[in-house]
Amino acid sequence: MTKKFTRRQFGQTTASAVAAGALIAGTAPFNIGRAQGRVLKIGSIHPRSGFQAQLGLACQRGVDIAPRVLKALGMNAEVEIMNADTESNVDIARSRAEKLVNDGANVLIGAFDSGQSAAIAQVAEQKGVPYIINVAAAPQITEQGYKFVFRNFPTAPMLVGDGLNLMKNVFDKSGVTPKTAVFMHANDTFGQSMAGAIKAMAPRFNLPFQIVETISYDPQAKDLSVEIAKAKATGAEMVMPVTRLNDAILLIREMVKQRWEPKVIMSPGAPGFYEGQFYRTLGKYSDYLLTNVPWYNPRAAITQKLLDEFSKTYKNELFELNVGFSFEAMMVAVDAFNRAKSTNGRELADAIRATKITDHVMAGGTLEFDAKGQNVNIKSVTLQNIGQKPKVVLPLDVSEDNLLLPMPGWTKRG
Amino acid sequence: MPIELVLNVTLQGLLTGLVYGLMALGLSVIFGVVRVVNFAHGEMMTIAMYGAIVAFGAWQIDPLVAMVPIAALLFALGYVMQAWLINPFINRPEHSQFMLLAAVAIVMVNALLMIFGPDARTTLVDYALDSVEIGPLLADKVRLITAGLALAITAGLFAFFKLSRTGKAIRACADNYMGALTVGLNVKQLYAFTFGLGSACVGAAGAMMVLLIDVTPNLGPAFTLQAFVIVIVGGLGSMPGALLGGVLIGLSEALSGLFFAPSAKSMFAIALLILVLLFRPQGLLGKKA
Repeated sequence: MTKKFTRRQFGQTTASAVAAGALIAGTAPFNIGRAQGRVLKIGSIHPRSGFQAQLGLACQRGVDIAPRVLKALGMNAEVEIMNADTESNVDIARSRAEKLVNDGANVLIGAFDSGQSAAIAQVAEQKGVPYIINVAAAPQITEQGYKFVFRNFPTAPMLVGDGLNLMKNVFDKSGVTPKTAVFMHANDTFGQSMAGAIKAMAPRFNLPFQIVETISYDPQAKDLSVEIAKAKATGAEMVMPVTRLNDAILLIREMVKQRWEPKVIMSPGAPGFYEGQFYRTLGKYSDYLLTNVPWYNPRAAITQKLLDEFSKTYKNELFELNVGFSFEAMMVAVDAFNRAKSTNGRELADAIRATKITDHVMAGGTLEFDAKGQNVNIKSVTLQNIGQKPKVVLPLDVSEDNLLLPMPGWTKRG
Repeated sequence: MPIELVLNVTLQGLLTGLVYGLMALGLSVIFGVVRVVNFAHGEMMTIAMYGAIVAFGAWQIDPLVAMVPIAALLFALGYVMQAWLINPFINRPEHSQFMLLAAVAIVMVNALLMIFGPDARTTLVDYALDSVEIGPLLADKVRLITAGLALAITAGLFAFFKLSRTGKAIRACADNYMGALTVGLNVKQLYAFTFGLGSACVGAAGAMMVLLIDVTPNLGPAFTLQAFVIVIVGGLGSMPGALLGGVLIGLSEALSGLFFAPSAKSMFAIALLILVLLFRPQGLLGKKA
């Protein structure tokens, strides 16, 4: 026997279902609010495989070491780290961020790369989960009016502004002033942002050199012989590279092979020259190269604590900016959680927005965010590779070693 | 633009192209005889590169010396793969063969990741950064050596197929499968031998390549793609075609980088591939099916 289902009954059933659904949906956030609050689940999302793997793993070390160090500093909080790998790919970064949020991450931290960070920022904003960018410089990420995205890393214009200023200081201090330069950059989101910023800002800085050629190349290139031959043919006295790690190695290797010895090789603010893999691969050829980047303050007490713990945990790894900024991202998350006493996305975001940390690792002023979610107090330093280690040589108030210029030729290095 | 610059870049492109050619040679040899496209080609090359890294790291054996045992090991790997794994798929549809070898490639990449981790590795031989002056030209010593070896290996392989009895038997299998069976050739064994030879070429190329670029487990797919572009341009199954394809791709990358934008180098290589597919689908030295 079949029972007839009238239009009236259908209407009543549908209305009841909708009402029940609305009730569940309406109370769900409160249930979550009640259930959460004891453990902060941090989604750490980095390129742990693919061509950026070494850099992503460096960031991961900063994340992994943070709970122990923060506890020692009195920032007690129960933290669960959920790891995800972007595979150095923007689309995978987006889907992994979605998975982390669906699996219950309360905060996201990452992602070293600008393209990947921009994709994660969209997910974080859409899902209402705070996202703290540890390393990524493309300015547009914090120009979208996002409410859940915070960046404790300089934008490309900030990097370039500091980088160009420091260049003039380097020339003043050393007495070596190149007249011409070649600008070489990886053709990715970060490289293009830096190129755009240099093009826009260089005229304002009254630089003593002229950029005679700009050469962009594939960041995954396996050979830079043509690029270096082209740059060498300009006869420029300085090379300004914006690299990643693998291309930085290729670039110097090819310069040695082609016997090109410019007076100065100075990055206006990019990774590559100060990474452990760079020193291991190039040995003596890694020395005397300069990079103007945000860096840890070697004289800060908290840095020393972090350095001690890092060298105990990772005996063969180098402590550098990726570790420092990733640690600070964790610090911001835990500090906000302790103040908000909640894992609710909006409350956590409000707490992060109110961050004010004066005693921190990276050089610069108070760690805080402006209305756009950007920390504008980060300052770059000039690093020089000395004895196959990065040393701060300028500004003098945080310096660890003396600036050595002009660079000795490739063949004059023992 | 100074003529020295153009000549230098052309020489670099030529030398790089010859190494590319050797890299793709194995793929072409295997397809030419067994009619199976080795989708794990780049991954096998990455294994060879790690072999050279281990030999150098553990026993300080120069990659150019380690090339011989590595090629022998890759020969054994290829022989076993063909005899035990690929042979049952010889008469199955092409998509089954593709799935099998793509799966093998994934296993290889992940095994390398588990063993060596994602960090880039390299060998620091004394002559790695040396250059040789030839008149106004400055040639990278490593590229010069590897290009010479690539030519020698290709010539040796060519002579083997033309002059030796086994080589002739393999060519007979490639020309007429049924005929080869009828005259009593052990086709299964010859196929395995050919796959081994192709793999040995990849092994030699990998041992040389480690002197030019750092190796990570994820390099494999990029090498596979590049080898495909080269053999399709040169003609799938043609040994001289693989070398020609390599040289053309090497030159097109170098000259497009010089005259246009270096970041567009790969675009020109792919454009060359499209042109060949449009106007000579069998490849420059390939035979019409």
